[in-house]
Formats: sequence, structure tokens, C-alpha cells
Amino acid sequence: MRIADLPKYELKPEEIKAVDQIISKHKGKNGAVIPVLQQIQKRIGFIPIDVQKKVAVQLGIPDKNVYGVATFYSFFSLMPRGKYNIQVCMGTACFVKGGKKIVDNIQKELGIKPGQTTNDRKYSLQVTRCVGACGIAPVIIINDTVYKKVNPLKVMDIVCSLE
Amino acid sequence: MSGPTVELTIDGVPVVVPHGTPLLEAAREAGVDIPHLCYHPALSSAGSCGLCLVEVKGKLVQACREQAQPGMEVCTDGGRISRLRKLILELILSDHPQDCLTCERSGACDLQRYAYRYQLDANRFMGPDHERREAAPREDNPFIRYEPEKCVLCGRCVRVCAEVQGRHVLGYAGRGFASEVTSPFARPLTETNCELCGQCVAVCPSGALTERERRFTGREWEFRVTTTVCPFCGCGCPLTLHLLKDQIVRVSGGRDGFRLCVKGRFGLSFVHREDRLRAPMVRRQGKLTESSWEEALSSVAAKLREIREQHGPQAVAGMSSAKCTNEDNYLFQKLLRATLGTNNVDHCARLCHAPTVAGLAQSFGSGAMTNSIADIEEATCLLITGSNTTEAHPIVAQAVIRAARRGARLIVADPRRIELADIADVHLRQRPGTDVAWLNGMAHVILEEGLWNSEFVEQRCEGLEELREALAPYTPEAVEELTGIPADDLRRAACLYADSQRSTIVYSMGITQHTTGTDNVLAVANLAMLTGHIGRRGTGVNPLRGQNNVQGACDLGALPNVFPGYQPVSDPSARAKFEQAWGAPLPAAPGLTAVEIIDAARAGEIKALLIMGENPLVTHPDQRHVREALAALELLVVLDIFPSETSELAHVVLPAASFAEKDGTFTSTERRVQRLRCALPPPGEAWADWEILCRLSTRLGFPMAYGHPQEIMDEIASLTPIYGGISYARLDGEGLQWPCPHPDHPGTPVLHQEEFTRGKGRFHPVRYQGPTEIPDEEYPFALTTGRVLNHFHSRTMTRRVRGLQELLPEGYVEIHPADAAQLGMIPDTLVRVTSRRGSIVTLARVTQRAQEGTVFIPFHFAEAAANALTPADSLDPSSKIPALKACAVRLEHIGPD
Repeated sequence: MRIADLPKYELKPEEIKAVDQIISKHKGKNGAVIPVLQQIQKRIGFIPIDVQKKVAVQLGIPDKNVYGVATFYSFFSLMPRGKYNIQVCMGTACFVKGGKKIVDNIQKELGIKPGQTTNDRKYSLQVTRCVGACGIAPVIIINDTVYKKVNPLKVMDIVCSLE
Repeated sequence: MSGPTVELTIDGVPVVVPHGTPLLEAAREAGVDIPHLCYHPALSSAGSCGLCLVEVKGKLVQACREQAQPGMEVCTDGGRISRLRKLILELILSDHPQDCLTCERSGACDLQRYAYRYQLDANRFMGPDHERREAAPREDNPFIRYEPEKCVLCGRCVRVCAEVQGRHVLGYAGRGFASEVTSPFARPLTETNCELCGQCVAVCPSGALTERERRFTGREWEFRVTTTVCPFCGCGCPLTLHLLKDQIVRVSGGRDGFRLCVKGRFGLSFVHREDRLRAPMVRRQGKLTESSWEEALSSVAAKLREIREQHGPQAVAGMSSAKCTNEDNYLFQKLLRATLGTNNVDHCARLCHAPTVAGLAQSFGSGAMTNSIADIEEATCLLITGSNTTEAHPIVAQAVIRAARRGARLIVADPRRIELADIADVHLRQRPGTDVAWLNGMAHVILEEGLWNSEFVEQRCEGLEELREALAPYTPEAVEELTGIPADDLRRAACLYADSQRSTIVYSMGITQHTTGTDNVLAVANLAMLTGHIGRRGTGVNPLRGQNNVQGACDLGALPNVFPGYQPVSDPSARAKFEQAWGAPLPAAPGLTAVEIIDAARAGEIKALLIMGENPLVTHPDQRHVREALAALELLVVLDIFPSETSELAHVVLPAASFAEKDGTFTSTERRVQRLRCALPPPGEAWADWEILCRLSTRLGFPMAYGHPQEIMDEIASLTPIYGGISYARLDGEGLQWPCPHPDHPGTPVLHQEEFTRGKGRFHPVRYQGPTEIPDEEYPFALTTGRVLNHFHSRTMTRRVRGLQELLPEGYVEIHPADAAQLGMIPDTLVRVTSRRGSIVTLARVTQRAQEGTVFIPFHFAEAAANALTPADSLDPSSKIPALKACAVRLEHIGPD
């Protein structure tokens, strides 16, 4: 992903207000960056570059610190995610039980790579490390729902049934 | 070694090191080089590369972080340590382009050196399916090339950017395999607040960050190196030039071996420019045409003789150069005084720190920085006023930033919101020209609140009662009225400054370039004496000198009233000494100052003017006036390295050697005399200035014969007490700080330690007088002028450096958004700026840095010359400096160009 390729996103007035509120709640506290970014992501769904700049200015820290955190954690996204955010576990157990195949299939069917979103903003795909559900491997998580013992060949049935 | 020490053994070799020394440094004492990539002695330790692991009692510890303890037995290599190091290097190299064949760092690369040392001829982690980071090299700026694939993620560049430069541009992005060092949001460096100082390049241990312009111009092992001194500002940074076939390929060195600014590191290519002056030029039928030295010198000598015979020696004057060496300056004033018989010699210090020389001499007895640059770091409170330090003295600014990082309090007093204001505890934004008022106000608060140092004042100063009386009216509320500084801010600043262990004042031309320049300096000195913040490390009054050798030019008597070493020309015993040494009668009356020389030339009283390495047409106030004056001369001789606006008007132009092409000494702002060393021959027929002066003097019937600048320095030392102990043999290391009166004297880093140079420090009550030219209806804005980082003075050098020119190609005027809105100005469009002297057209830069009602213009750009606007007639009465920092202008919107 290149930063220059990121879509330009205009925040809605209520989103700007929400971002300001989130930042002001944490202003002056040590270690504010992560909770601020978490709440922004929760509210807007991702963290646009302009918002990162705003966080830096208002918290009085260098831009690079916010950018570093935002790009370090896989939880944070710099681009909008789809209506359905598909996370495929690639922890050791899920991997040996077919996690890789699950990813390959979804990639092929949706035409996106991990970290990307479909053009209609419906689906986005992410690969995660162990989610701590090895007993029911392989798992995928779509938004907040965990799907257990997923058959790699039938994963698209789950995806397609989401409507 | 001062302080407690520790004894330990490194690989069986006993060493003694100061308490707190990391093992890695202790090992150097034992001659052991412990491999490391992330550690750098000037930076905080990251402990991330793992290469420096050593064994202490069978336990592995990081040599960069573990401190030496008494009796420690350290094993630094062999066995499992080597195996671990090899493993780490293999992992790094598995993901590193193996292109040492063409890599610019090859030969100076730590990674390469360690790979060889640990015999990495094969790599277990490289196979057919081997995954490697791929990223194209980035050249998004004129000077720095970044090859992410070669980055070992040691983080030195990230730390140097934050900790030394205070910029916080470089950081990490991404995670795991995709981690990389980058600017925020991967913006090009030129779009961030990066200054392109290149500190990151200097500390990079691999080929990831290199000098862009050096590519394919020479390899590390082919270079010849010369250690010399930077030719730009007064910081006096040591430079190491790396040359191949007389071409400067790259520059290293600097303070602590790596600290330089963008000009020192990347701005020296002007030396090689095609348009250097290569042969003497004589004006024939109105046109400057090339001539022989013989013809040029004999025509100058004949004309000078004629003018002197017809009009007397007072019809001759000289402007010496703060860019030239001490030896050049010494000979220049000797030529004027002994050969030509006049004291009409001055230089550009008149326009920058004449009030410092006058004021501090009255207060303390010595008109120079009282302390050293390194010393600024030790202050617990810093008052920075009238100095945009980060741009004008970048290396001093690093000391300020480091002090602030360590918790020192920072007070910035400046009408503009300069960068240091961002990290300041208090920013006082006075209206231009009101400095005496707020300085007196601070002293008032300090006395009122009982924060003054009564013991110090009683023992070491005089004149307190007069001062106390004079300060009475300057209550914070009254000062607020005069200056616009909120009373509470002033109180807070006064308390911070007075109530600190070691406070230092750093100031520059924002204090001096006023009609009240000397009063401003006296008021600064009062503050330091009142609180006893002088005469110790980390304290003092520190005027930052602008040019590489402006301190030296003053020291060596390129001033109309003093011989070298500030010995007054009016003092009969000083005169007798110089008359005897030089073998010529010397005039007793002080000569004309630089501004007066121009006036006298315009009035027809000065007929001949010699100018060495100056460009008064751009640097002196009131350009039209200067042009008329120079045009009225019968003889104008210019010695320079490039054609300049001034040399175009000359009758004779003599080509000089640049800083890289001659030997000599420069004296930096901290009074440090340092050796300049010849690195390459001058172009064409150019000669060093001292050689030109010797030959000219000889032709004028006063032979000067020196084989080498060293002989000139010996003569200087014999006549100048403060330089008495200085000789080239003693200048091989870091140089010497004057006063250095005899050959065994170690130099003086801190002045006025036991007593002031004049005995007791003298308080001088000063009364506030507003600037002579205040904004009115016709000219509603106050104008201040100053420097920017990327250019130097009249830009004779920096305009010829492609990258610097690219970074800032043209001048501008800084305007506050509210003022711009009121005038209907669109950012980055053209405006006309008009004063009572003249008018220029330049770009409007709308920014919060400007104060409402005040505009700022950098003085470097002849095309939009600030000196077309500034006045030459409002002078400080005692130092004769013109009011370059406060005059009135009006602005008119023109529109897009």
C-alpha cells in the first residue's frame, strides 16, 4: 500500500466533532495515542491521514509517533474497511488446519489481497495472528462473529450468506 | 580524569574509566572495538541490534547498556559471542542488497566491516524462496538519498533527528518484515519540517542514507582528507573535506564528529563553480576586462598613490571581511594603517555586533561571548532573544534543544514565533524596538521580588543604586503598555531567569540592530550581573556572531578605533608599540565606520575604497544611497571569489582564494581560534587575500613579505596580548579560546570568572527610547529583517549551490494572517513593500510566525533586497549601527505573478 494511493476522505461534521471530543478527553495524559486511535477507529471505521495529523497536533506530539503507532498495529486501518470485515486467523493451529487455503480462496473470489477492501466497500480482508481459539480451528471472524471449524472449500458460502 | 573512576579488565587488559561508562566505551580504552550498529555515543541507547553482546562472569550482557563496575572481568569476543554475532549479521544480511561493488558507503560501512570480520562468506538464511524487502531508492530532496533496502533499522537516524536536531521527522512505520524508517505519512522530506541537516546521513552505519550528490564521484579509499573550518556562520564547526582530484566529494566532521547543518554539510560546492573569479579584471572603456596581475596591481597602486597625494590619506578607506582569515584581516588593517596612513577601516561587524563590542566592553570590559557553545547545554535556564537560533546558528540551537530536553527552562523573547518558541516555557513577543523596556522590566521584577544576587553584586559590581533608581518606572504593567508583553509573562520570565542555578542569555542581531543597540546590550548585561549569572559554566551573556570570522576580524583590528586586540588607536603607548613594530607612523584619530565611509564616499570625501570579500550593495542599509556612493568613487577595488553586485561597480576586481584554498585561522563566536587548512589550489590565477595584500603593499612602497600565514600569526601574537600564546603549532587540535596570553596558557573557555576584565562589572542605567521610525498611517507596518537557514548573507556562495537554491529560490515577506486578510492579500502572490527609502516586489508568505503589525523579510536576496528598504541614517549613537531591525513600511497587494 502506498500512502499516496489512499483515498481522500472528507470527514462529516459530526465525525469531526467526535474526533475532537475523543482527543480532548485524553489530552495531557501519557500514552494517549493508542486509546485515542482505538476510539477514532471505532467511530469512523479507519484512521485517515488527516486525522492522524490532527491527533498529533492536538496531543502535542510529533506526527511520526502517531503514524508509527497507526501503522504498527494491525488493528488500525489507514483505509476504510468494508461493511463486512473478514479476519482470517493464521495462527499455527488454524494455519495447519487450512487457514492459508481460506485466505487463498477468499482472495480469488473477492479479488482483493489481505489489507484491501472491495471496490463496492462491501468486504475487506485481513489476516491475523492467533486469536486464541485453537480448539475450534480454523476460524474466521467477520465483524464480531466467530465462525468455527471453517471448511476452506466452503468459506465462500459463509461470505455469501452475509446479506 | 575528574570524578570517581572504576577499574575493570577487558579481555584481561586492565582499564580505568569514569564511573557510569558503558562497557562498549570502556573497551575502546583497552583498544577493543566491540561491534555495534544501533549504539552511538551522542545518542540515547536503544539496545536493539544485539551485536555488542559480551560476557561477564559467563552471563551475556549488552556492552552498550551495561555500565562498567569495579573489578568486572569482561570477555568481548570468541566462542558463543562470535557465533551469536555471526547469526545476527547473517539475519541482517539475508535481507540486504549485496551491492558493495557500487554502494557509496563501501569502505566506510560498519555492516561491511563486521561481515568481513565475522567471515560471512555464506548465509544460511538465503535460499531460492528467499523473501526480501523491496523498495526503490528515494531522492525526494536535493541532498539525501535513501535506500530502504539497505536500512538495518538500527534507529540511529531516528534518534539523531529527535534528540540532536529536535525535528522528530524520521520515525518507524509498519511492523515486522515491513518495518521501515520513514518520514510521517511517507511524505517527501522537503514537505516535512526536515532541515536536511544530514545528521542522519552522518550516523547511518550502512549505505541506507548517503549524500545524494556524491553518487559515482569517488570511493571512500580514494579520498584525500583535509580538516578545516566551515566558512558559513560563526559556530565555527570543524569540517573534514573528502577530496578526489581536487574536487570536494563529501563533507564529514562537525561538532562531536558528526553535527553540521545543511550549509556546512551540503553547501560547499560553490568552491568549484565555473563563474569563480579566475583572473584580475580592470575597467577599460567602462567595461571590466581581464588583465594580468602586473597591470591590475600597478594600476591600483598608481591610483592610490595619486589620490593619497592629492587628497591626503583620509580620502582612502577599506572594508575588510568577516569571511576572510585572521591573517588576511590583520594585513588588511595594517595595509590601511601603516601603508596608506588611515584608520578608515571597518567591516560588516558594524552592521551586526558593533553594539556588543561597545556595550559589553563598558559593562564587563570585553565585548565577546562570555562562555562557550558547549557550555550553553549546561544552563538550567536559557533566555534567547533576538536570535532565530535554529536558522542562523543551527549548531548553537542544538545545544539549546539538548538543554531543554534535559529540563532546562527556556524563555524566548522575539516578535516572531520562531521555532524555539515552540519548545519555550515562556514566549515574550515584544513589539520591535522595545527591548530596553522589557529588559528593564525584568530587572525591575528581579529587584522588587528580592530575586537578585546581593552577594555577587556587592562583591563584583558597581553602580547598583543608579540602576535601581532608573528601573523604578519599569513596572510590568508599564512595560506591557510599551512592549505589548503581558505583565504576568514578564514576571514569570524574570522569576525563571533569576531563580535558577545557571542561567544564560543568548542574543543576536535582534538586540543589536537598533538605534538603541548599545542600550539593549547594556540592559542585557545588567540582568546577568544583577543575578550573578556570569563567570561560571552554563551562565553568561552570549552574543552569537554571524559570520565565520567576524569575531576574528574585530579581534584583529579591522575596526576604525582599535588596533588588533582592541588596543585603542588613540592610546599613545599602543600606537608607539605598533609604530615600532611596523616601522611606520600611525594616525591617532579613529577613522570612519562602515556606514560613515559610505556617507563620506557619497559626499566625495572618500575617493578610494578597497573592499575585501564584502558585498555592501546588498548588505548595507539603503541600497540606493550605497549605489550612489560607490559610483562616486574614483577608485573601487574589490577582492572576492565571485563577481558580486558590488564588484560590478568596481574599477579593479582581484580574484581571491576561497576558504578551501588557503591556510590561516578563523575565530568562531566562542572566541575559539581554529586552523583553516588549504585543501586544493585556487582556480586560475586567484591568490589568497593575504598574498594579494602583501604584493599591493609592496608596490605601494611598504614591503610586506611573509612566506606563510603562520608568520603573520607569529607577528599577531607578538603584538596582540589576547592572542599572545597562539601559534600554528598549538592549533592542531580543537583550537584555543582567547584570551590566551602566553604559549603555555590553555585558553579561556569562560570569561570573567574571578573578576571582570575591567575589574568590577558596571551597571549602566538605560532609559527606554522608542525606535526612531515607528509605523504611522502612511507606513503602517514595522519591518524586521533576518536570516534563513538555507542561505547565507548576500547569497554570493549559497545561490551557487544548486540544492540550497532549489530549497529556497527567492525571497518573501512574512505577514500575519490577520494583516493579510485586511489587505486582501492572497498567500504566495506578489506584494509591493515600500519604505521611505525604496520599494521591492516579493512574495507574500502568510504565517502565524509573524506578529500582527510586523512583517519580516530575509536579507539574502538581491532581487528583493531588504536593504532597499532599511535606513542608513538612523544610527545608534555610540556604535553607529543602523536600525536594520525596525523601520516602517507599507504593503500593497499586486497579485499572482
